[in-house]
Amino acid sequence: MNDFNVSCPIPVKDYPYVLLSHGSGGKLMYQLINKMFLKAFENDILLQGHDAAVLPAEAGELAFTTDSYVVHPLFFPGGDIGSMAVYGTVNDLSMAGARPKYISVGFIIEEGLAMDTLWRIVQSMGQAAQRVGVQIATGDTKVVDKGHGDGIFINTAGIGVLPANQAIGPGHIQSGDAIIVSGDIGRHGIAIMSVRQGIAFETEITSDLAPLHRLVQSLLDAGLNIHCLRDLTRGGLATTLNEFARSSHRGMKIDENAVPVRQDVVNACEILGFDPLQMACEGRCVICVPQDQVEQTLAICRDFPEGQSASVVGRVIDSAPGQVVLQTPLGVDRLIDMPTGEQLPRIC
Amino acid sequence: MKYIDEFRNPQLAQALIAQIQKVVTRPHVIMEVCGGQTHAIVKYGIDKLLPRGVELVHGPGCPVCVTPVELIDKAVEIAALPHVIFCSFGDMLRVPGTQKDLFSVKAEGGDIRVVYSPLDALKIAKENQDKEVVFFAIGFETTAPGNAMVVYQAREQHVSNFSVLVSHVLVPPAVEAVLSSPENKVQGFLAAGHVCTVMGLEEYERLAEKYHVPFVITGFEPLDLLWGIYQCLKQLEERRYDVENAYARSVRHDGNVHAKQIMRKVFRIATRKWRGIGPIENSGYELTEDYAAYDAQKKFGLTLYQVEENTECISGLILRGLKKPDECPLFARSCSPEHPYGATMVSSEGACAAYYLYRARS
Repeated sequence: MNDFNVSCPIPVKDYPYVLLSHGSGGKLMYQLINKMFLKAFENDILLQGHDAAVLPAEAGELAFTTDSYVVHPLFFPGGDIGSMAVYGTVNDLSMAGARPKYISVGFIIEEGLAMDTLWRIVQSMGQAAQRVGVQIATGDTKVVDKGHGDGIFINTAGIGVLPANQAIGPGHIQSGDAIIVSGDIGRHGIAIMSVRQGIAFETEITSDLAPLHRLVQSLLDAGLNIHCLRDLTRGGLATTLNEFARSSHRGMKIDENAVPVRQDVVNACEILGFDPLQMACEGRCVICVPQDQVEQTLAICRDFPEGQSASVVGRVIDSAPGQVVLQTPLGVDRLIDMPTGEQLPRIC
Repeated sequence: MKYIDEFRNPQLAQALIAQIQKVVTRPHVIMEVCGGQTHAIVKYGIDKLLPRGVELVHGPGCPVCVTPVELIDKAVEIAALPHVIFCSFGDMLRVPGTQKDLFSVKAEGGDIRVVYSPLDALKIAKENQDKEVVFFAIGFETTAPGNAMVVYQAREQHVSNFSVLVSHVLVPPAVEAVLSSPENKVQGFLAAGHVCTVMGLEEYERLAEKYHVPFVITGFEPLDLLWGIYQCLKQLEERRYDVENAYARSVRHDGNVHAKQIMRKVFRIATRKWRGIGPIENSGYELTEDYAAYDAQKKFGLTLYQVEENTECISGLILRGLKKPDECPLFARSCSPEHPYGATMVSSEGACAAYYLYRARS
């Protein structure tokens, strides 16, 4: 639900663009924080107005994460930098098996950013936080000279809580574990690419951006013995599986036919010369579970829109330690490496 | 996707492999000319499905690989100029020159933009009249029509702040260089489907007749490749040397007549140096006199400096079908896609990069 006033709370006629003064500690900054940020993020902790947020201590253990968001363009099919910052932080916490509770937000804004753009981003963050049930508990704003930023950068930190001794991580991966992907891969990468200057093309593909906290929490609440979780971000499935292989000293055997990729993503990758296995996602994770819990894991994932196309893509093996091996549709095995860097459209 | 899934069908692939096994009675060496084919062969493991004695060797058809270092250096030099916007296809950005690659120039403040179509570079020129916009026009006959079109349009539309750094190479002279080498062991060719889509079959008919080797025009999907391999092996077994078209859904005998027209208008044949191979006579394109004003090399008055290539690297032998990537002492030890020594490792379509990416390494 949109509880927010859709028009920008800083009168555009007064300040159509963010000025250096909006970050320099004076009246304008006070106005920006009170009229815009507090309005969008409203919660009791933020309203304390202290230098540091004071949070209630809870039993169990804490998960703590940080991330920075520099996505360009700021708005893309299926999301924007604001919602991405909240969901990305929430997903990192969820992968440790934690319930996301609090988020900090640091804005680094480039002088001259349209005030209305900032408002749309802030509003989107507020809505995302409300949807997930996390509180934006503390924040910071800096404005840098024009030409020294790219519109806006957002840094976040997140705190989540979890029961003591929850053993989820690459060190707990066992040979024989099933490797499950929580949904179709690669849509975020293609959605961003489709609106990037120089490559822009027409497509109806929207980002897979989504919070994964409900899905993960449901798996944990069901008492499943999850060995490892990781969300797929830059570098895609290829990178995450290589990380698993290297840190668990085991092999990852994948069946190419089993990897869920939407046809329109396959097509876009074909045209641009990209590999769907390396495309970025923002609302997908890999789950390693014992074979006897596969059916239950899939059933729970598929209860959620973000887990509709959850699939078993392979299993953990003893041979090929540290490597990811993919069986091609022709039945031949090949290696999957981490991508060297950013995927670049091929010449022909 | 139509034209993709059908051509990756595992049952049909098995049927073709069975046919190949039936037709082969003795060893044969076949070269796939194009880097896209090499990439697909290694990616799908097609070479591992062939009968013993049938060897696929990898050809010189990777445009990024064979672009000479001198030209990368020149691109780096132009791209670093403060008043220049340098536009390139994406995969040229990582190719190392003598000192650095275009990515490093970008990091140092150069305005470098990845474009998907050469026409986007012209659009950038029109939008930035106070800058010089340079497009890195590289490739085989496949990219030549688009690159010719952008130069043609620039002149028609009187866009004077636009130029192209041309490094165009042609497949038939490279194939002829392979065939005329005394060490040659290639007996049949899978010709590059997309090059032939533009150029047609004519040039290969001349080569087949002259050297008595079969050419099969072949596509890029697993079934395309298996079908091309089958036809080529069948010809070798029957001791025929015809030009056959196994990619008829894209290739016509005369090629793309309109594309060839615009290429003839804008380009003329010239001798070009190939990275890893050296100069090959009449093996590339340069701009004709009419379009000389759009030649970045002339516009920026740059001279080429000869660059010595690494002597341990065997990419030249790989590009001529004489060696395989894993026969190189540098392969996957000191040479990798992150630190490439030579032509065949610099682009993802190069044979060494394909082996590195897809094959288990000890």
